[in-house]
Amino acid sequence: MQQPVWRPSATIDTLRKRADFIKRIRAFFDSRKVLEVDTPLLSSVTATDLNLDSFDVISADPEPRYLLTSPEHAMKRLLAAGSGPIYQITRAFRRGEFGTRHNPEFAMLEWYRPGFSLQDLQREVEELLASLGYEEKAECMSYRQAFQRFVDLDPYRAETSALQEVAAQASGMAASELSREEALDVLMTHRVEPALKPLGAVFIRDYPPSQAALARVGEDAEGDAVAFRFELYINGVEIANAYDELIDPVEQRRRFEEDNLARSAAKKPVIPVDERLLAALPDMPESSGIALGVDRLFMVLEGKCRLEDVLGFPADRI
Amino acid sequence: MANYSTNEFKSGLKIMLDGDPCSIIENEFVKPGKGQAFNRVKFRNLKSGRVGERTFKSGDSVEGADVVDLDMEYLYTDGEFYHFMLTDGSFEQHAADVSAVGDTTKWLKEQDVYTVTLYNGAPLSVSPPNFVELEIVETDPGVRGDTAQGGSKPAKLTTGAVVAVPLFINQGEMIKVDTRSGEYVSRVKS
Repeated sequence: MQQPVWRPSATIDTLRKRADFIKRIRAFFDSRKVLEVDTPLLSSVTATDLNLDSFDVISADPEPRYLLTSPEHAMKRLLAAGSGPIYQITRAFRRGEFGTRHNPEFAMLEWYRPGFSLQDLQREVEELLASLGYEEKAECMSYRQAFQRFVDLDPYRAETSALQEVAAQASGMAASELSREEALDVLMTHRVEPALKPLGAVFIRDYPPSQAALARVGEDAEGDAVAFRFELYINGVEIANAYDELIDPVEQRRRFEEDNLARSAAKKPVIPVDERLLAALPDMPESSGIALGVDRLFMVLEGKCRLEDVLGFPADRI
Repeated sequence: MANYSTNEFKSGLKIMLDGDPCSIIENEFVKPGKGQAFNRVKFRNLKSGRVGERTFKSGDSVEGADVVDLDMEYLYTDGEFYHFMLTDGSFEQHAADVSAVGDTTKWLKEQDVYTVTLYNGAPLSVSPPNFVELEIVETDPGVRGDTAQGGSKPAKLTTGAVVAVPLFINQGEMIKVDTRSGEYVSRVKS
């Protein structure tokens, strides 16, 4: 039956459970003395990632403002100012992302742990999941192992042409229209993620440096340069993304500029470099940080597979 | 024909793929958090009827297909073409060939209304309504008294279609058939 258009797409009962879910997340961090903060949603600078599009908001302000894709920069400035461990549950905005598991506006839990290694942070994620009722043991694998297991290719050492060919088969696209990076993304979404579905919780770590974003890059056991990052998947759904945070302002500036070159080449707007973040990084303690999609985690724990089943008003109802 | 961007994709949208008109069945947005976004599309090729899958980079656009579904009354066949007439009062007629009508020949009855899909103005396919009423021209004699459960027997209809009917049904009777499953639904009281 078609529902009237004014109705929320999630049931009131689900929204009640969601409220309780958020309370339990807060209780988890409060009991660990992690400080709750909130940072602005509107900013004069935003993410530079090639594949993240911010809403630019035209207002009465003399300069443009963006709706943030994540609260990362401001939270790092708090860390640099001596906040200690911090978390927040906020809204994040990503233009053009809409589907059964995407909504252009979503609830994000982001937290930072000064002095934590990625392993420490991974353990804390497992403890958070347990406190929310998800007790299953997670499997761990590297990005390389995931590709070797599910695509039968080494993402670091395979020829670009081999990656393009397999990506073309998986997607029906022409090999020539895919860059190496795009071929990896095709294989991640078309081969790896579907294969993760039956595995429950899986941590994938050590990403190609081209996907480092704001994570530190180093060498893995095989001697390849990798980004010290992990992602949590549950039932094939990407839930969280963690970094061993880059605190080197010189390298960070280089990445911003490299991103902007890629953006210009793709005819996307160039984003002003966040000078305040760069000025803060020398004072930022070594930290691990993570962003977690609250709506998706709640969806998965409720055994649902569409965001509209857990959101009151997804983008097509507003 | 207009172009459609991937963010306009939805089920039912008609687009051109590899030179053939296709209808989108399912459109899934996928994107690794920091990676390239894609639209994974499941489609039906409206010429061959085959279902396929194809991925697009989000933001790309595709040519739309000039395809419309129209209600038309079936008039007659001249042996080569099947003639249909728009029900909008325009009396406009279209001739569909055997490949366009396909399996729907089994359910064609004069004066009934069918959905005719036009591609660049010419009939591409013809779909029957979910239910049609047709007369039985050939079946074994009915078994009296057996009106409840029991076996079935084949019955040939005016269109040549053969449908399994209950034993109590007689030659010359009108029956209602579900065209999606090809199954007998009920007797039509005249």
